[in-house]
Amino acid sequence: MSTILTISNLTKKYGYLTAVNNLSFTIEKGNVYGILGPNGSGKSTTLGITLNVVNKTSGNFQWFNGDLSTHEALKKVGAIIERPNFYPYMSAYKNLKLVCKIKDIAEEKIDEKLELVGLIERKHSKFKTFSLGMKQRLAIASALLNDPEILILDEPTNGLDPQGIHQIRSLIKEIANKGTTILLASHLLDEVEKVCTHVVVLRKGEKLYEGPVDQMITSNGFFELKAENTDALINFLNTNPNIKDVKVNGDLITAFLDQPMLSSTLNKLCFDNGINLSHLVLRKESLEEQFLQLTDQLS
Amino acid sequence: MLRLLNIELIKLWNNRSSKVLILAYFILLTSIALIASIKFDIGPVKFHLAEQGIFDFPYIWHFNTYVAASLKFFLAIVIVSMMANEYSNKTIKQNLIDGLSKKEFIASKFVTVSVFALVSTVFVFIITLILGFAFSDITELYHVFSDTEYLLAFFVKLVGFFSFCLFLGILIKRSAFALGFLFVWFIIEKIAYGLLRWEIELTENSWRTITQFFPLESMSNLIVEPGSRLGAAKELAKQVGEDFNFDYSVHWYQIVIVLAWTALFIYGSYKLLQKRDL
Repeated sequence: MSTILTISNLTKKYGYLTAVNNLSFTIEKGNVYGILGPNGSGKSTTLGITLNVVNKTSGNFQWFNGDLSTHEALKKVGAIIERPNFYPYMSAYKNLKLVCKIKDIAEEKIDEKLELVGLIERKHSKFKTFSLGMKQRLAIASALLNDPEILILDEPTNGLDPQGIHQIRSLIKEIANKGTTILLASHLLDEVEKVCTHVVVLRKGEKLYEGPVDQMITSNGFFELKAENTDALINFLNTNPNIKDVKVNGDLITAFLDQPMLSSTLNKLCFDNGINLSHLVLRKESLEEQFLQLTDQLS
Repeated sequence: MLRLLNIELIKLWNNRSSKVLILAYFILLTSIALIASIKFDIGPVKFHLAEQGIFDFPYIWHFNTYVAASLKFFLAIVIVSMMANEYSNKTIKQNLIDGLSKKEFIASKFVTVSVFALVSTVFVFIITLILGFAFSDITELYHVFSDTEYLLAFFVKLVGFFSFCLFLGILIKRSAFALGFLFVWFIIEKIAYGLLRWEIELTENSWRTITQFFPLESMSNLIVEPGSRLGAAKELAKQVGEDFNFDYSVHWYQIVIVLAWTALFIYGSYKLLQKRDL
């Protein structure tokens, strides 16, 4: 597999604030990556640095094994950051024509890409007459003009209405299915969960996790338990080596597992210790709970 | 190079206000010819400007380039806003993301203003030839093509001034404020000029030595006012006992000063763009 982007020890400081702190990760061809993190975690800054619009403080990044200058490499990349930026007084078609000139490519793909994002009927309308959803779709068309090696999207559904969000997401999936490598920055978990295969989790500019989405859920899940004799249950759980943590919320007791365990095994153990369970559910954390756990760990 | 110019022209030509201003500028440039039709005929007082010798070769080169240069403010608006709009539309960011390098971005703007200056110069050249052959008594080729260094001065002056506008556009990022700053800068220079000349009372030569290095002053020094060179003005001066003896010619060191400013402005724009986070 060939590497598209390598980031090593990247740091960006704005005065006292460290927006990105010693960040390293790699993007391989063919995967759909998500950069996940709360607002202000350094997602856009990281992308901005690799896209030549923000200056790094230290560290390095390298496109396509480093044999191209950044701006030459960017001609093979399609990217949109935050809001779609186009010349408001120019039509959709002319804006894309300008992008073709900048990327030094032929103009024949303009219609094809406008068709893909469903803007072909509006191709001669001025950009300023577009709704936000249409602007965002035009931005995606523009990023796809050169059939890029990688498509970078920064919060593509931010500020859109549900219908717009749906359109953009199905568009992203469609593009991903064609085999285009995608890097999607978002603070929305279900967005990342639905589209991405790999994820990099950031918090305050630091990397918390990097790897496949399904392996991000590393825990063995937890039991939700209820019993007549709550105190005895808590005592029992605290002495069991397979349980790493116990939380009590009213009469509902949550026991986090250190090792995999079947609910029937626990049930039997409890029964053998004279505890009758009235409620027993084995659950896995949702990505959202995982994410909150990850991002809360260090705070 | 052509690619960069092409990119910039697409941006400009599709912007209605830029298009109107550019067209207005070139139409006004052509209308210098209308000065020829200024004619008073009030009984005994007959005055026909064209017959006062302003269209005589080679003096006409000086006169036309001077008048044409005063129209540069039309293009200044276009240039400042073409730079500042890139910031307010954030298209500068998208341009860089799309793969334009910062160097290319500045280069595309500089090439465009140079083309503006070049086209203006060619325009003035053609209009001057036409007017000259229509009204000048002197049409020997030797005289027709002497003093054409005013055309070079005109070109350098425009490139320098437009580079200053570009720099202000990048520095201030808002077209109205940048134009305001241009005006404020003009006043600052005039105040400094006045202070040096009258308050500090330096001797004639030494204050000129300093003021000739001011950016706007150096540009205006390239083509000094031609009015006092007119026959009529000289007559008038003689009657009040003054004798004008100004130096009207274009000096190589004045051109060098303006070129140095141009280089500084373009380099400064590039450095600003490089240093800033967008």
